Amino acid sequence: MKISLGPLLYYWPRAAVFDFYERAAVSAADIVYLGETVCSKRRELGPEDWLAIARTLARAGKEVVLSTLVLIEAESELGVLRRCCDQDEFMVEANDVGAIQLLAQRGRPFVAGPAINNYNARSLALLQRSGLRRWVMPVELPGDVLRDIVSDLDAASLKGAVETETFAYGRLPLAYSARCFTARAHNLPKDQCEFRCLQHPQGIALKAQDGRALFTLNGIQTMSAAIQNLGSQWQALADRGVDVLRVSPETPDSLDVVTELAQAIREDRPAGSTDGADICNGYWTGAAGMLWNTTESA
Amino acid sequence: MQPAPQPGQIELVCPAGNLPSLQAAVDNGADAVYFGFADDTNARHFPGLNFNTDTAARGVAYAHARGRKAFLAINTYPRPRIWPRWREAVDRGAELGVDALIVADFGLMEYARERHPQLALHLSVQGSATNQQALRFYTERFGIRRAVIPRVLSATQVGRLAAQSPVPLEVFGFGSLCIMAEGRCHLSSYLTGDSPNMSGVCSPAWAVRWEQNGAALEARLNGVLIDRYGTTDRASYPTLCKGRFEVDGHVFHALEEPTSLNTLQILPQLAQAGVRAIKIEGRQRSPAYVAQVARVWRQALDLLARSPQGYAARSDWMRALAALSEGSQTTLGAYHRPWQ
Repeated sequence: MKISLGPLLYYWPRAAVFDFYERAAVSAADIVYLGETVCSKRRELGPEDWLAIARTLARAGKEVVLSTLVLIEAESELGVLRRCCDQDEFMVEANDVGAIQLLAQRGRPFVAGPAINNYNARSLALLQRSGLRRWVMPVELPGDVLRDIVSDLDAASLKGAVETETFAYGRLPLAYSARCFTARAHNLPKDQCEFRCLQHPQGIALKAQDGRALFTLNGIQTMSAAIQNLGSQWQALADRGVDVLRVSPETPDSLDVVTELAQAIREDRPAGSTDGADICNGYWTGAAGMLWNTTESA
Repeated sequence: MQPAPQPGQIELVCPAGNLPSLQAAVDNGADAVYFGFADDTNARHFPGLNFNTDTAARGVAYAHARGRKAFLAINTYPRPRIWPRWREAVDRGAELGVDALIVADFGLMEYARERHPQLALHLSVQGSATNQQALRFYTERFGIRRAVIPRVLSATQVGRLAAQSPVPLEVFGFGSLCIMAEGRCHLSSYLTGDSPNMSGVCSPAWAVRWEQNGAALEARLNGVLIDRYGTTDRASYPTLCKGRFEVDGHVFHALEEPTSLNTLQILPQLAQAGVRAIKIEGRQRSPAYVAQVARVWRQALDLLARSPQGYAARSDWMRALAALSEGSQTTLGAYHRPWQ
């Protein structure tokens, strides 16, 4: 079982990003995904900055993957995407079908991110013929469906050719919109957002009127309020065919989650929870994503 | 009875949740109708809605006899154990002689392409293609003949995309407004376990509970408070992205208000952009609703065809559509940049 650090979904100041990845370089993560996946206006770091971090991490022995934007609408966004797909130093995580098209054209291996709708092995087999090496399950996919998919991949002799990665820790990326909800919460138009995301390094909490935490607003992305934490169930994930556990950076301390997971895997025991945040695991058990189920489903 | 459409005009694609709605759409000027089978193979899997093989055959015959087209939506994502039912839906669509399948799943599109190469495929909005490279992927792999575009692009972006697209585009013109990129929204499954992609529903009716709490009427979804209404408020269905929530101490429609999309005012722009078809949302609505909306849009498209320069959205059309809308209000949504 490998551990990955997913792309940073929030907008952190430049120095904080460099600091974070300096620490990530000496963390137990095997794979690090880099790049802006949420909003093309977030430019504290440019493509060259990300490449510089990528090279540092690669020198430290990490497998580095460059992650692309999820929602690609403007021509300028396609331009950035094209440059990312043109480089051949690092593998790319495609988060939009447009990225898959460009990578497949170039004959480049790729990872299909969680926003690519892979719900069956036939879809994965088709992408595998186009260069897919690893897929990150859509966050809503239950563990028992994964077992079926992996069994189908096995039957098609593709089990060794395609790795499965699961979103194991962090607020779940749930939706993407043309509208920027952070700008809306600040009563600003999207085109004059004043980069307010920088003020919210963990997004903005959205609660029901009775105070129950529901979602997290992060620019055009809506995330879960609870942190999905499958660390205590990682052995069940491995049984279902998961090869890589993704830790999504929530705070700089999320690297402690990586440390604990790595230790738990070495010692073959469930990982402990390292924080007191609201947690959920409902999706994995086939229930509403927001729920926390203590019993493992079959 | 409206006459059949002229070639080259923008096609009016209307929703049919049942046979009476399909007939109402055809009778009131739809160029094409779209429908689904009565299960979770399509994205409007609502109780009491949709078609069995017999009603589907009658619906297709009704449309074809009047020179109109019938599209079958099989636009949810099949998982391994239920895959045979999706495959069978595709086969049934081919047997029914539908004019196109509206599909989203890679695997299912590949199957349809291999098994029924003569059957036209339209990329469902659930396929979430918002740029020309994504459209090229679907066109090169599966030979799609049309793509339905998510409600996330501005009118200007739609224009650019239409100019570069390898296939004709269909865009949403009227109906309930999804504010998230379709096919990439898991908000409903996060709260209820049921999602558009897997179950063909958003904010499902089984999860809705109305509760009187003192003077307040509360709308809950799987126990989660979506909105709370006073005696003078107008309550609406608790679609989870259209509730009032608290953000930073303020209670407001943090995601979107209960409102419907209406693009009558920018119809000339969409036509200029080269959009091939306008889709009306609402398979869950009544035959009367479908009839009224189809009638207004038929008039609008006919006026535009007759007099592209003189077109203006008539106030009686706008009033008629507003009266049929969520919260009795309409918006241009993402087509209008300031909305974003």
